[in-house]
Amino acid sequence: MVLMRPDPTFYPSPRMAMEGPREELAYVATLSVGDDPRPDALATVDLDPGSGTYGQVVDSLEMPVAGDELHHFGWNVCSAALCPYAPHPHLERRYLVVPGLRSSRMYIIDTKDDPRRPTIAKTIEPEVIAKRTGYSRPHTVHCGPDGIYVSALGAPDGDGPGGVFILDHETFEPLGRWEVDRGPQYLHYDFWWHLGHDTLVSSEWGTPNMIENGLDPQLLTSRQYGHRLHIWDLRRRRHQQVLDLGDAHQLALELRPAHDPTKTHGFVNVTVSVEDLSSSVWTWSRPNGRWAVEKVASIPPEPAETGQLPPALQPFGAVPPLVTDHVLTLDDRLLLVSCWGTGELRATTCPIRSTPGRPAACGSVGSSIGRRTRRRPTAR
Amino acid sequence: MNGGATAWVTLAGLGAFHGLNPGMGWLFAVALGLQERRRGAVLQALPPIAAGHAVAVLAALAALQLVRTAVPPRALAIVSAVLLVGFGSWRLVRRRHPRWVGMRVNARELALWSFVMASAHGAGLMLFPIVLRSQATEFQHPVTGLAAAGLTDATGGLLAAAAVHTVAMLAMMALVAVAVYDHAGVAILRRAWVNLDLLWAGALVAAGLFALFT
Repeated sequence: MVLMRPDPTFYPSPRMAMEGPREELAYVATLSVGDDPRPDALATVDLDPGSGTYGQVVDSLEMPVAGDELHHFGWNVCSAALCPYAPHPHLERRYLVVPGLRSSRMYIIDTKDDPRRPTIAKTIEPEVIAKRTGYSRPHTVHCGPDGIYVSALGAPDGDGPGGVFILDHETFEPLGRWEVDRGPQYLHYDFWWHLGHDTLVSSEWGTPNMIENGLDPQLLTSRQYGHRLHIWDLRRRRHQQVLDLGDAHQLALELRPAHDPTKTHGFVNVTVSVEDLSSSVWTWSRPNGRWAVEKVASIPPEPAETGQLPPALQPFGAVPPLVTDHVLTLDDRLLLVSCWGTGELRATTCPIRSTPGRPAACGSVGSSIGRRTRRRPTAR
Repeated sequence: MNGGATAWVTLAGLGAFHGLNPGMGWLFAVALGLQERRRGAVLQALPPIAAGHAVAVLAALAALQLVRTAVPPRALAIVSAVLLVGFGSWRLVRRRHPRWVGMRVNARELALWSFVMASAHGAGLMLFPIVLRSQATEFQHPVTGLAAAGLTDATGGLLAAAAVHTVAMLAMMALVAVAVYDHAGVAILRRAWVNLDLLWAGALVAAGLFALFT
């Protein structure tokens, strides 16, 4: 679908995006858990405060088959369409590109005709993704200047390497593997970029075989899961540099680069340190031509009574915060950190980059706004 | 206005049209200026972009010139028309947006980017009907005043055509880039960036029909 004017949801700057109208709907993946035979679904939540159904699920679109495990989906096109070297701002932001992590199936979901009741416009079968790209287990979707970038955790056989593949913006056909030269990169999780600096950053979790039966305590304690970031030349699609956080810092997951295109810093969360069960937030930056990474926040485990803890945690007498996700506000000032283990959401201010000789640290501006219960963490 | 003058005005007008298209360069220049936070970066980007555009147009016209020596004018007009209508229609239905460069570019890469952009959009192709129509008139030598037919004259005519087109393109591009960088700001993109690709494809088709029916 072609527009005569740019899609109104594209913004040339983060500030303009902040000044834009608020979203009136949210789309949330709801997963089938355990022995539930129902397929996953995409729920629509009403975000209009003036509406009688504010905050409620107003529709749920079931997938045609069970077992997808829907993950970090994204729009078909976004402000990246304004990118000056490959502009195409007259595409419509109307499709959600929804990957199924376990099935490797992807859905293109059309939200245009009735945004509250989206419909499936196209299904990309796992065999097509495997044949065209050599990847499987699609996980995270970002619209890019030249196509839709999709993160994939591994190869069809469940081993590595994981990486990134591209979908065509218009046809949603998988075009192929993104990397030309992946260097030492093997494990993969998230990716994002500094478009103004032609740089892509990727992170590490584990291959499908390392994670699909739940997190393996042996692999964790022997420090086999990911603990590195990779810096890539976005133009030439080549690996440039490894940033190692140290193998005690297991599961370096979500990447949140600054929205300001002139900046070169961003944040990554480490889920757990095998030395002290803490979680941490790190920032990468390019202080003088070379990329570097440093820890800016550490979140300690919470003491708990042994009786309340699962056996694996009883020797520690504490619940690890298990930071699994975080988000940077559009003004790049606040980092909202989700402590999945303790059920806490933290808001912290983060420095852009420490000046030499002054340690960088995130300041906490508000502590828990979520539940601070000491429930038993379950394996993910 | 005689036929020759009309041709020059049309060439310049198409140049201005090409300069107006954000995809042809001014947007890139503004973005480079914003990225470096420096007006000079906007201005520095413009000459390489214009140069790349000029080479693309010149290459297309030179190809036309070569073919012209071997193909009768009427057949050439028809072939040009088919090319233009076909290319324009294809651009109407299939819009791709490949990338060739990134945001960290030097002058050579900018020129190359502009060359590829102009070629891929058929910028030179769009000028074919004007050049073909004018060859029977005094079009080939209004600048030098040379009257004799032949390669030298034809080459001079081509260079002049590409130059007039490019100067107009550069002027429009510079005007828009500076206006947006200094005054309007990129917010204007959200309102004023009409779908020139559609208009552009339409112009290609129109140029083809013009070649066919004149």
